[in-house]
Amino acid sequence: MKKYFNYIALPALALGLVACEPEFENEIEDGTVYTSGEANFSSYVAVGNSLTAGFADGALYITGQENSYPNIMAQQFALAGGGEFTQPLVNDNLGGLTLGGTQITNNRFVLATDENGNPGPALLTGTPTTDITNVVTGPFNNVGVPGAKSFHLVAPGYGNVAGVPTGQANPYFARFASEANATVMGDALAANPSFFSLWIGNNDILSFATSGGAGVDQTGNFDPTTYGSNDITDPNVFANVYSQEVSLLVASGAQGALVNIPDVTSIPFFTTVPSQAIPLDATTAATLNAAFAAYNTQVLPGLASFGIITADEAAARQITFAEGANFITIQDEDLTDISAIVQGPPFNLDPITAGLLSQLRQTTNDDLVPLTTAGVLGTTDQDFLNLLVSLGIPAEQAALQAINGVSRPLQDQFVLTSQEQELITTAQTQYNATIQALAQSNDLAFVDARTALQVVANGGVSFNGGVLTSDFVTGGAFSLDGVHPTPRGYAFTANAIIDAINEQYGSTIPGVDIGSYGTVTLSNDVN
Amino acid sequence: MKKVLSVIVLLLVCAVTYAGGYRVSLQGQRGLAMGHTGVAYVNSAEIAFFNPGGLVHLESKLSVSVGGFGVFSDVKYQNTEFGTSSQTDSPTGTPLYLYAAYKLSEKSSVALAVYTPYGSTVEYPTDWSGSHLVNSIELSAIFIQPIFSTKLTENVSFGGGPILAIGGVNFNRNLTRSLADTDGNRSNVEVDASGVKGYGFSVGGYAKFSDKWSFGVNYRSRIDIEVEQGEGTATFSNVPNSPLAPTTNGDFDFTATLPLPAEWTVGVTYKPTDKWVLNADVNYAEWDIYNSLDLNFLNADGSVALESINPRNYQNAWTLRLGAEYAVSDKFALRGGAYFDESPVQEGFFSPETPRNDSFGFTGGFSYNVTQKLAIDASFLYLTFREVDASYDAYTESGVEAPFAGTYRSSAFAPGLGLTYKL
Repeated sequence: MKKYFNYIALPALALGLVACEPEFENEIEDGTVYTSGEANFSSYVAVGNSLTAGFADGALYITGQENSYPNIMAQQFALAGGGEFTQPLVNDNLGGLTLGGTQITNNRFVLATDENGNPGPALLTGTPTTDITNVVTGPFNNVGVPGAKSFHLVAPGYGNVAGVPTGQANPYFARFASEANATVMGDALAANPSFFSLWIGNNDILSFATSGGAGVDQTGNFDPTTYGSNDITDPNVFANVYSQEVSLLVASGAQGALVNIPDVTSIPFFTTVPSQAIPLDATTAATLNAAFAAYNTQVLPGLASFGIITADEAAARQITFAEGANFITIQDEDLTDISAIVQGPPFNLDPITAGLLSQLRQTTNDDLVPLTTAGVLGTTDQDFLNLLVSLGIPAEQAALQAINGVSRPLQDQFVLTSQEQELITTAQTQYNATIQALAQSNDLAFVDARTALQVVANGGVSFNGGVLTSDFVTGGAFSLDGVHPTPRGYAFTANAIIDAINEQYGSTIPGVDIGSYGTVTLSNDVN
Repeated sequence: MKKVLSVIVLLLVCAVTYAGGYRVSLQGQRGLAMGHTGVAYVNSAEIAFFNPGGLVHLESKLSVSVGGFGVFSDVKYQNTEFGTSSQTDSPTGTPLYLYAAYKLSEKSSVALAVYTPYGSTVEYPTDWSGSHLVNSIELSAIFIQPIFSTKLTENVSFGGGPILAIGGVNFNRNLTRSLADTDGNRSNVEVDASGVKGYGFSVGGYAKFSDKWSFGVNYRSRIDIEVEQGEGTATFSNVPNSPLAPTTNGDFDFTATLPLPAEWTVGVTYKPTDKWVLNADVNYAEWDIYNSLDLNFLNADGSVALESINPRNYQNAWTLRLGAEYAVSDKFALRGGAYFDESPVQEGFFSPETPRNDSFGFTGGFSYNVTQKLAIDASFLYLTFREVDASYDAYTESGVEAPFAGTYRSSAFAPGLGLTYKL
């Protein structure tokens, strides 16, 4: 028997172990299904800002970084010769940064429910463990620095931890800068890119936008060291530094992709709160209308007839309310300040009323209300209330005059007016022209992220299992900060960049199934 | 010998079996070596499984067949649209059988049959791209059946007996394609039940027309493995702490029904010479009872906390089998066979949990008579599936279908060893 067992059973067993490996005709694992075309993905380096870093939900945390578009792309590049992709991972999934043990940035948002079961963003609880003085050692393939503007990438010392408390340096770059005086570009080049992506310039307009236009349009000022953090970068400054950056990246023969700047109107940070955000019943509306009747019918026509304001401005400054949803009252710094004039004859208004009317108007559908304003609308301006009470106005009546967005106009930073949007669009258009021209002149892939996100924002993009839209919380594309994508949104972004790369270089890198990437994270572990 | 036995004992330890479609046709060395035929072939106590009606024709007072198989199976998946690929790392399955027949008289026999006709072990890498459908599944069912067989006439007989089936299941999958906790751990459920009992029967008829020709028919009934409240545990893990999440972490009771379908077999045996035996069998499995795998997860008070509806829509399926035996000498017999196994899975319902398309099986084996009473049997099966582009379309998220599609290729190799004893 033993003989038979040896001669028949053992070879049969051996045959089995071999035969058990089924083979596909075109096996992905063999590395022959996809091609890199004329591109060389062996060392991919991604340069940019928070979007490149994988920032989401108002913070940088590990799973967000793992779902950054460069990391998603690198996994796909690996199917056609792509190499390892390392990222400067933070220490936890809370996302807050500390400096010497003191927390300097918030933890991430999660979707929590309040006591009534209503969902909304809230900060994840926990003590963050990412201290920016614990510098991680590169070189890294992902050199995305949250908060970076175009000119920051070539600024020495942007990662100097000593400059973080004064705002001279960036805490996210301080975490992984190769030395105190390093530049983002220098550290990117240290990773020897054979292929790169560059997505920078968003913050050159976005911080102005998210601040409600509180910054300054620096067009004409060529010295970025004089810029405030919420200012719009001069388009020539942008063109100059962007061109430098591209030159540095292509100098050693690397190929790559340049990504343009999406519209601020594509992100839920500006599209979630409607400009008609004030619900009123008929009685309140009538009371308010009565209070503004003299302003509408006497003050404004009077000022127009004196030539102090134009007829158009007089029309734009009309304040009317009705039962239902009403436009928000705002203080628009682009309007003529009438506070001094209306204190004189023939109006003779008191200083407080004059202050209220100084640059008063209601929003229109052309104004954008930032997400952060939602928390202010309809609340009481306590300082103003206290002022009124101290002037002898009964508390009940004072309270009616201190409702933010209704009787108390919102200040400039709470609304992005159509004029402020025009400043943004003008700069953005020039940035994008620069990006596209440099892609063309350097034979690089050009990624029209602006158009791609417009499609998401206007009707959405179908995928296996749903439609990706930019609706806040429910749309799937944007995280709970309303600005940065979810993993699914980043996966969509990765696919858009991969498409442009395939087109430029004749590669056949597959996109990813965005339905298998998550959206907002649920948790009631909140503060 | 001792070594061989110890291997068999080892295999016995983990009584888990493999199948695509979860029917495992590995119920005897001699039958399997001949393409898993034998409804009309009275040769050993394996007839207790293949056809209780033929049992009474066994000539020995006592006939025993015992053995087992090692099943090495592989499933490969890839999706060229997205560049994803995966491969199972399934543990070796070990279907077993024991048949002991005792001749009461020339006219009647009794037998005890223990066998494992259903089972499945498929294990994918955790969190692979189809993990919302299955990470791993382990089905096992052991059938215990007393049998009575009697002759109506000298050449016509029938037999049958009740079946006690004891089943177990362990099934692990992620809740959705993307739900995870704040650390990115995928929300997961594992259901586990064992020792779940079901009841059924099998009956068969046998007719011998001449020394050369015989005919058999066998019917094995449907058996439902019904997991009742308290018989199993579903464990949810990594579910985010939120009332917006579909459930909460922890253990739940669950109910579920896994039907083991009825199976008809008819076949003929032809013996052209003293040395040759030729078998042809046809199986018809009534898989259409497997409409949907529905799990209800229960609260402590027995109310349904969450339900999981998983449409399967299986269809009845045929298997066509051919086998041959050649007696080389008094001591040595060689066998070979082949079969075509039609998949019960319909288009659009191809789930990675039972990745079964049509397959071809090739079998072979031998028996060696150590003594007049004792023989050693060995066999093997090589089961090969064509490469197939398939999808499971019935998975939904928020009411929207999210098909899981790709290319599959599977194969299985099952060598077996057994003993036949006749007194």
